[in-house]
Amino acid sequence: MSSERSWRVSHAVLAVVAIAIVAIGLIFLFTRLWGPRPPHTTEPPLRAYSGSTGAIAPRSAAPADDGQWTMAAKNYASTRFAAANEINTGNVGKLQVAFTFSTGIAKGQEAAPLVVGGTMYIVTPFPNIVYALDLTRPGAPAKWSYRPKPLSAAQGVACCDVVNRGAAYADGRIFFNTLDNRTIALDANTGKEIWDTQLGSIEQGATMTMAPLVADGKVLVGNSGGEMGVRGWLVALDAGSGKVAWKAYTTGPDKDVLIGAGYHPFYAMDRGHDLGVSSWPPEAWKQGGGNVWGWISYDPERRLVYYGTGNPGPWNSEQRPGDNKFTTGVFARDIDTGAARWFYQTTPHDLWDHDDINEQILLDMPVAGRMRQVMVRPGRNGYVYVIDRGTGQVLSATPYGYVTAYKGVDLKTGRIISNPAMEPKEGRVIRGICPAAPGMKDWNPSAFSPLTGLVYIPHNNLCMDWGSFEANYIAGTPYVGADVKYYAGPGGNRGAVTAWDPVHARPVWEIKEDLPVWSGALTTGGGLMFYGTMDGWFKAVDQRSGKLLWQFKTGSGIIGQPISYRGPDEHQYVAILSGVGGWSGAVVSNDLDTRDATAAVGWGGVMADLPKKTTAGGTLYVFALPH
Amino acid sequence: MSSRCRTSLLVLAALALLAGCDREERRSRGNPLGEAALGEAALGGPRVSTLQPGVPIASPPDARAADFEENAYAVSQGQQLFRQMNCSGCHAHGGGGMGPALMDDRWRYGGTMEQIVASIDQGRPNGMPSWRGKLTPQQMWQLAAYVRSLSAQPRQDVLSGRAESESATEPPTLRSREPMVPSSAAGVKGTTQ
Repeated sequence: MSSERSWRVSHAVLAVVAIAIVAIGLIFLFTRLWGPRPPHTTEPPLRAYSGSTGAIAPRSAAPADDGQWTMAAKNYASTRFAAANEINTGNVGKLQVAFTFSTGIAKGQEAAPLVVGGTMYIVTPFPNIVYALDLTRPGAPAKWSYRPKPLSAAQGVACCDVVNRGAAYADGRIFFNTLDNRTIALDANTGKEIWDTQLGSIEQGATMTMAPLVADGKVLVGNSGGEMGVRGWLVALDAGSGKVAWKAYTTGPDKDVLIGAGYHPFYAMDRGHDLGVSSWPPEAWKQGGGNVWGWISYDPERRLVYYGTGNPGPWNSEQRPGDNKFTTGVFARDIDTGAARWFYQTTPHDLWDHDDINEQILLDMPVAGRMRQVMVRPGRNGYVYVIDRGTGQVLSATPYGYVTAYKGVDLKTGRIISNPAMEPKEGRVIRGICPAAPGMKDWNPSAFSPLTGLVYIPHNNLCMDWGSFEANYIAGTPYVGADVKYYAGPGGNRGAVTAWDPVHARPVWEIKEDLPVWSGALTTGGGLMFYGTMDGWFKAVDQRSGKLLWQFKTGSGIIGQPISYRGPDEHQYVAILSGVGGWSGAVVSNDLDTRDATAAVGWGGVMADLPKKTTAGGTLYVFALPH
Repeated sequence: MSSRCRTSLLVLAALALLAGCDREERRSRGNPLGEAALGEAALGGPRVSTLQPGVPIASPPDARAADFEENAYAVSQGQQLFRQMNCSGCHAHGGGGMGPALMDDRWRYGGTMEQIVASIDQGRPNGMPSWRGKLTPQQMWQLAAYVRSLSAQPRQDVLSGRAESESATEPPTLRSREPMVPSSAAGVKGTTQ
């Protein structure tokens, strides 16, 4: 009896175990077949064109392409290169709209969409709504949306339209900034908020507009407010908790700037004690700007974070004699502690709002016969810098457009030589300053192609008249002290796209554009380069020649960042947000009166034709070949 | 021409000159202009909306409005304040930027003297700061008078013949007066660009 029972029991146990094994097997099979598949690299073998410059992106910072787009700049090296070649120079003429999505916000759309697995993520301009679109379903309907509800008053302290430059993805989370100075982490699957960290106050004039970079468990974010006398900083937040791991100010004493024993700048001009205080008039560093509202790159081998700092405040340079450390320069910092490794001030004592927040593209390339690990930075001041990313040594600095403001860069001292005839003086109007305050290039990032070894730079061709006057510091209001007006540079075209050879420091080709080019660039393995124009054309050109191969007119001007990804159907897609605005497009998105040439701090006159060429909007366009 | 005729001409000319002086009149007695009872005015306050349920009830204009707007001194004080208090940082020289344009015919929150003073005093929800306690009521009225001069609303002889320094804008005297937001639909005229 007992033996029979035990026999029955053991049979029952066996049956349960067998069922469990079958069930686990089924679940495994099911998830493999129908569940979310882990991304796989399908990078086609890349063969550089003959005649390539020989520059390549380091694998550690630009790993093999998995078809996703998880950060605004594509990878830590900031190449903005998608390896897929389904869409290529031969068939791009057939590219057509796959689907569209209205963000519902008719302000400047500067963000890069993200694609992770089968989902696309978009952050809108203020009020910074996050949308998750389901790419596995026809028409990509929204899975969820998240509204951070930023303070409405924040719109009143955002210098240059209420833009947002995108989110970042890591470890199942979406990270983004709000205009009212919060960094927020969301669950990428559900859209549920995980943490929300307040980092600044609009009463002081601060906002946040940049796209975070996530590296090594840290979310790196910086503030905006260079036109409001806001003291700039870069903060590393713990990706898990949202707690501040370290905070590095741009101005002030060394302990605030995180300058210690490990700080070894290449040039003597950047060495010294408490330069962030002593290179300013008394107390002026407290409202000295140097904001971190642009791009961050990361070198995983060196464990160094690279980023540029913004302009000093106020614009009127006579109110801040000195080099104004550590504004308008490049920092290299340790990811773990934030300690500064080196700094190079591209534009000491910035005279013309030549903010230096531009992207740094990490490349390995031959310099004087040997491979060097460098960063390439097309600067706002008009020079493309090639900098040794280990030491901060400038290997070359070459103008990529028409420059009258400077006479060159002294490679021995590292110091840029400004043109004394162009120096602003209170009560005088200085004319013919090139590049203008928005720079040879503003925030909009370049792309690199390993096929050609070239850097594709979307930029401006603008000069300006400048009259300084004394600025009053009133917290939370503009702190500028200059009346400026911009106009087209030589040739009459206000914008250009230049294919730049960083190895030989020379342009290879240039496309002239009537309007300033305020969109980012994208390169693909199909030999294409994509960018958009402020009157709404989205264009694909041949990387080798600049020849226009395809264009599509979107609903509004383009100032966004194009991306390319592999969809759940394994096909290649190209996406761009259309919606004019930003500093240059505020004439349309804020409905300004262009009879005042100084409207939008200098854009009124030069953009007087923009309202006739485009209207405000906010729509995502996604393109694919017919399939 | 008789001497009587000449005399009367002289008298007429003198009268015309005197009449012109009121544009620069400054009151030196009593409370500073505009200081009294802004709070009270704000309570009754100008209407920001043109929509009233049913039959509209007219609001009496604030007597101070004309005092400031038709006064060259008030306009020029407002012009100085417009730069010193960084208004020009957001509104440029009327064309706008971070803030809306002030020289055109569109007024989000109304373009009368009273409404502009209320916007400066109270602030507005999409970014206009509230200046109450940071500016005196008199300064707000002066600013409002200058703001109205950007679209050439005051009479011609109180407008500034000079634009703000270094600006590339024309002075208000050279501008044409923009139509104000009408209070009834009958007055609306569309524009083509």
